[in-house]
Amino acid sequence: MKKSVFFGSLVMAGLVAGVAGASTLDDVKARGELICGVNPGLTGFAAPDANGNYQGFDVAVCKAVAAAVLGDPMKVKYVPLTGETRFTGLASGEVDMLSRNSTWTFSRDTELALEFVAVNYYDGQGFMVNKNLGVSSAKELDGATVCIQTGTTTELNLADYFKANNMEYTPVNVADDSEGQQKFLAGACDAYTTDASGLAASRATMPNADEIVILPEIISKEPLGPAVRQGDDNWGDVVRWSFYALVAAEEYGVTKANLEEVAATTKNPEIRRLLGLEGDMGAKIGLDDEFAKRAILAVGNYGEVFEANIGTSTSIGLARGLNAQWTQGGLMYAPPFR
Amino acid sequence: MSNTSFVRKDMLPPAPPPVSQTGAVKWLRENLFAGPLNSALTVLGFGFAIWLIQAATPWLLHSVWVADSQNECRAIVQERWGPDATGACWAIIRARWHQFLFGFYPIDEYWRLFVTFAGLLLAILPVLATSLPRKLLWGSVLYPLVAFWLLWGGSVWGPILTLAGFALWAGVFLALQVRLGVVVAAGVGLVAASVFWIYAVEPIETGLQSVLPLALPEVDSDQFGGFLLALVIGVTAIVISLPLGILLALGRQSDMLIVKSLSVGFIEFIRGVPLITLLFTASLLLQYFLPSDTKFDLILRVVILVTFFSAAYIAEVIRGGLAALPRGQYEAADALGLDYWQAQRLIIMPQALKISIPGIVSTFIGLFKDTTLVAFVGLMDPLKGISTAVRADIAWKGIYWEPYIFVAVIFFIFNFSMSRYSMYLERKLKRDHR
Repeated sequence: MKKSVFFGSLVMAGLVAGVAGASTLDDVKARGELICGVNPGLTGFAAPDANGNYQGFDVAVCKAVAAAVLGDPMKVKYVPLTGETRFTGLASGEVDMLSRNSTWTFSRDTELALEFVAVNYYDGQGFMVNKNLGVSSAKELDGATVCIQTGTTTELNLADYFKANNMEYTPVNVADDSEGQQKFLAGACDAYTTDASGLAASRATMPNADEIVILPEIISKEPLGPAVRQGDDNWGDVVRWSFYALVAAEEYGVTKANLEEVAATTKNPEIRRLLGLEGDMGAKIGLDDEFAKRAILAVGNYGEVFEANIGTSTSIGLARGLNAQWTQGGLMYAPPFR
Repeated sequence: MSNTSFVRKDMLPPAPPPVSQTGAVKWLRENLFAGPLNSALTVLGFGFAIWLIQAATPWLLHSVWVADSQNECRAIVQERWGPDATGACWAIIRARWHQFLFGFYPIDEYWRLFVTFAGLLLAILPVLATSLPRKLLWGSVLYPLVAFWLLWGGSVWGPILTLAGFALWAGVFLALQVRLGVVVAAGVGLVAASVFWIYAVEPIETGLQSVLPLALPEVDSDQFGGFLLALVIGVTAIVISLPLGILLALGRQSDMLIVKSLSVGFIEFIRGVPLITLLFTASLLLQYFLPSDTKFDLILRVVILVTFFSAAYIAEVIRGGLAALPRGQYEAADALGLDYWQAQRLIIMPQALKISIPGIVSTFIGLFKDTTLVAFVGLMDPLKGISTAVRADIAWKGIYWEPYIFVAVIFFIFNFSMSRYSMYLERKLKRDHR
């Protein structure tokens, strides 16, 4: 994508000019506010509600970090960033961190000089078709018309997949998800492809949801995660361990509701370290020892965040799948707190 | 004598014109079926119109206004008009209209927006209608500071001291104008005012605020959105770009080398670059050149660059007006003994601006619509920014036409009024040379 080369060079220019400032952690503490780059509107992940307050799965990461660093999950200023401005916005210091469903890739990690601190959602690109097309596998899509958002990595993945399987397709270019959904429903294309989480959310809102199937093939890896500027490792650690605190909390059965009770009774040294009852974990990253406790109290553990925003109890209804704990056969695996 | 040839004594009554030359038939023949091509186009056009109406009418007739989600809308439509019926779901507008209009402005503070908007109407009245007393124009001049204070809130002393800076500028200008000339006096005044704004305003403001605290709750720029944002950017850019454009057009015509080359350079550079590039510059590049702890307001950055953009176009439109003036007008002004600024003010500009009205207004209409481009730098414009945010709510996900139609109708009202006003102005100012 030529665009990414252009923005990449902008980012590089920024790194040369911009990073000389003080550490981000000190900036955030001095400001008393975390500036978090988010998606201006992605169902379940980040969007302002009717009162203008940002809500969602990615937003919860911002809140957790704010609670850990500043002690108050509400002290976040959300800066909506578009696909074009997100990485430059981070590099130029417009935002302190990015929690904007961005895929962790080699070139973004190296060339764009981002540091992806963790993966908060494992996504992948899938296909959605109407049942009466009579297709049960993406391998049978030879000759299909496919609605595809232009200028995204999904477009490249689609081309790769069809080439690798020696199939032909006709792309129907759409500008954004709402147009894709509208075209697909109007029958302008046989299949609609985007991230599987997006497909599930779209399907949930379709009038004929029973007639729509999401094909089993996932054709790409999309590890989405929060990112910070490369070169400020301490701040990266703060964001990384604020997030992993949520994951570890779920693994050890610590929830928002039972946290105080667990803290009072537990003998498990790992949980005691997580909640700041033992050791001096916080001091090692420039915070106090209860940072993880505050993060969990603010948004709940990873599983609670998932269920509240995108899980099966919401109308989006995503299953945990790859995002289950490693103990449940998923990929969520917090390194030990020690 | 009696055998004279026949002489008509009275006139024949006029015969009615042939059917093909009168009434509806004539109108139809002339306007719709004037030739084979015309007839074919008419049939096609009517066919298209009928198809459009046929497709859209049931959808519009089956509108649902009260529902909590798109699925509920669908259920209501199917219950009322059968399982295959489709209908517009205006409930999304009902639920989120305030975000389309005002973005995320705090609901408790909406009265400030209404006051600001009413003030805007009052402030442009004396500008638009010349029959009103000219003294009211001073109110229009003061309005921007009042509007700024109302919209962003904060201490009332900030705008008042800003105004004091302008007064200082005007005072210096008037005192020095005779001795140093217009340009130098204005320059010295600007330097004096800038020194005042940069070094004196903040301490004085803090002092006054502690003595007499008068303040509105502050509203952050990131809470601006929807048509509020479009109007803030559009109106500010329109108001500032017109005088700036006039100066640039005059600068381009100037004999002074530096003034001329600066004006030409500015105009050609800005016109040679797409607006979207300027917006990216505003949102991304400027931050690199500023210290990392300064937060230079994004809306302000965008307004400045949109103003530059529109000023460059306005300058060229006005240059067209200047070029259309006969040489004799300039010479007549010289012959009357007017100096440069008097000649511009009394003779050249009134005529040049009159000629340029259509061009100026289309530039403004274009500018107002271009404000939706700010979506690409993450501002919440009504068309894409707010629509995306609203559609991200699972209740309204997948809803497509309704937000677009709503936004389009409002844009149409604004732009159509501007266009009508410009036509009225042209008629009023017409001094026919034909």
